[in-house]
Amino acid sequence: MSYESTLPGPSAAALVDAPGLPRLLAGIPSRGALGLSEHLALHGELPAVEGRGRARRGAASGLIEEVERAGLLGRGGAGFPTAAKLRAVAGASRSVLGGGRPVVVVNGAEGEPASAKDRTLLRSLPHLVLDGAVLAAAAVGAQEVLLGVCWPDGGCEPKASVSPLRSSPSALDAVARALEERGGGVLVGGVHFQLCPVPNRYVAGHESALVNHLSGGPALPTFTPPRPFERGVRGRPTLVCNVETLAHLALVARYGASWFRELGTPEQPGSALVTLAGPVAQPGVYEIEHGSPLSALLDAADGLTAQPRAMLLGGYSGTWIDGSLLREVALSDRHLSPFGASLGAGVVVVLSDAACPVAELARLTRWLASQSARQCGPCVFGLDAIASTFEQLAGGAGAGGRNLTERLHTLARLVSGRGACSHPDGAARLVASALDVFAQELAAHARHGPCAACARPSELPRPRASRPTTVAPA
Amino acid sequence: MIAPLPPLATSGPSLDWYLTRSTGAVALLLLSVAVALGVADVRRFSTPSWPRFVVDALHRSVSLLALVFLVLHILTAVLDSFASISPVAAFVPFVGSYRPFWLGLGAVAFDLLLAVILTSLLRGRVGPRAWRATHWLVYACWPVALLHTLGTGSDVRTAWLLALSVLCLALVLASVLARVFAGWSRDTARGRGLALGGALAFALGLVLWLPSGPLGSEWARRSGTPSALLGHPSASRTKIVVSP
Amino acid sequence: MTHRLRVNPIACEAHGMCHELLPERISLDEWGYPILDGAPLDPALLAHARRAAAACPTLALVVERRSGELDRPVNARRP
Repeated sequence: MSYESTLPGPSAAALVDAPGLPRLLAGIPSRGALGLSEHLALHGELPAVEGRGRARRGAASGLIEEVERAGLLGRGGAGFPTAAKLRAVAGASRSVLGGGRPVVVVNGAEGEPASAKDRTLLRSLPHLVLDGAVLAAAAVGAQEVLLGVCWPDGGCEPKASVSPLRSSPSALDAVARALEERGGGVLVGGVHFQLCPVPNRYVAGHESALVNHLSGGPALPTFTPPRPFERGVRGRPTLVCNVETLAHLALVARYGASWFRELGTPEQPGSALVTLAGPVAQPGVYEIEHGSPLSALLDAADGLTAQPRAMLLGGYSGTWIDGSLLREVALSDRHLSPFGASLGAGVVVVLSDAACPVAELARLTRWLASQSARQCGPCVFGLDAIASTFEQLAGGAGAGGRNLTERLHTLARLVSGRGACSHPDGAARLVASALDVFAQELAAHARHGPCAACARPSELPRPRASRPTTVAPA
Repeated sequence: MIAPLPPLATSGPSLDWYLTRSTGAVALLLLSVAVALGVADVRRFSTPSWPRFVVDALHRSVSLLALVFLVLHILTAVLDSFASISPVAAFVPFVGSYRPFWLGLGAVAFDLLLAVILTSLLRGRVGPRAWRATHWLVYACWPVALLHTLGTGSDVRTAWLLALSVLCLALVLASVLARVFAGWSRDTARGRGLALGGALAFALGLVLWLPSGPLGSEWARRSGTPSALLGHPSASRTKIVVSP
Repeated sequence: MTHRLRVNPIACEAHGMCHELLPERISLDEWGYPILDGAPLDPALLAHARRAAAACPTLALVVERRSGELDRPVNARRP
């Protein structure tokens, strides 16, 4: 279960020391989880969304309106407005053709290897997440909350050849203990919580895959429509919310929309958790204000330990930015869009100039190919072809080098948007930006073959490369 | 309702009887061709002049045509007054008085084919999984149809029907082999074994059964022809002269 | 009322009949899977598009009305 990376351990969650921060990470213990009484002492009681019938619905829509005023966006990577999602699910359950009482799914699968924020929250601040889940359930009228948390050893797939992502086993334990503290399953208002282990696969965290798994099927994406908010777990309208989003919700309900907007940008208000990895003195999970400069984050991490060749923003479905632009990068979607990037799930990975980008990319794309759910032809064949082409380039392609680069461009275009989930799209985005940022190294490799740095151990956080799985039928 | 044609001779079979036998034979042939085309379809057979959609459309058309001839076969059998086959016996197996078992097999084959064709026509509504599952019934329908032909038909001793049966059997056996040896990972070794074994056992069983069965003596009586019809010239193979 | 073509990539098994029947709008990639451009369908091609969707062995190709409803009854269960 080794992890070839510089990914931080549990105690590395740290705070960017800035006015108004920390918010989510306030009171985070250096070991173990914040207990219920400490949590309530720190944040106060959770406002109730109670009453019966119309009164309850009124309170629920009041909460949704507050969330809308706050402008909270989903923190799972897609950045969808949370209020819109809450409304959609609440509306779907009320519609004549609706599928009945909604279900809330807490997405703590965190399939992104370079991200550690969700498991940090679950492990150390579970009550914040549970508060958010209670509120979300009240907002949509759900009586059931399913907590999808990564299973540490991939136990849901008996023949899994995938090395488990480094989800700490204590995340499951911490949540289980937190549920016990609250009364062991049934909470105020009759909302029933259920802890559901989720397999360790990159695609298992995708919305439809998670819903599929929780409905008793495989943890593989499904074709949408219908989307989970209409027909999700067991055919019912389902709200799938990221762990961090719910944590923010818990605070918005207590302190209000205006408080939330005191930090961040107008389009992306509030704070966010980011996972910083790479050659920095203190890698780990940090809480930043949307729009703060990347250099400020690096300063908070006690600075770089090597020259940055490039930064990967948003995770392994994200975008590369050249290291020379470091001072110009700020962490919000608006600031990142000129670079073609977005904050995504809040992952910032720095690649040092000592690493060989081509070798790293070859390994990374091969891993991405192995994580395909193997349900859609373009993903299965396209990602494999991308990985093979990178491997060829890494090995030295001589005169054919330029063709290989062209081929990569073509392949990236070919796989985008042609799968049932966004996995191939993310890979394509990663590849396209890599072709741009690392053009020099790619050309050099094509001409001269492997470089001295190729033999270095991998810098990018990634589980041991796995064989393609046979989870999906051929 | 068309009144049944009176027998053209008091002791000879009617036009219906000819039609029943001929449409039945054609239906069997078309069904066998449909099976072959179906396997070609699933094996993605195509050439530049026979693209995939043509093979697929041919399979569907031939299947429907087989059903048309089958319906004619049943209609003429019911309308023919000779053997008093009721309309119910066309759908419900084994309730007739004329060779109940062998005729009943015909009803079974008809029911199976109806299920396959109806689900295919309504594929959009039943969904691809239900459609595919039902389609496998063809591999049950065809042998039942062949057994019905050999057991019920009064022409089983004729060269032409035997030749036709052999041709159809060869066609379907070849199709089964082509399907079994497609080499797809989704087929299990057990499934392949069962399919091959079943097909070969069926063919072997036929070869062993025919001489003592339909080609043996007194088959008409042994297969359940009502005794009132036994001894009738048309209960066994005779040369028929049709008077105008 | 405009119509669009969509393909369910999970159900698609690269039979390629859709491309044969509607080459104007559907091309195949190097692995035999359909490439759709998502643009609205020409009304003149609608009948051909429906035929292509009906011919698909796995019912992966669908013709959608602009509002997102499916143009023909298709089982919405998982493929």
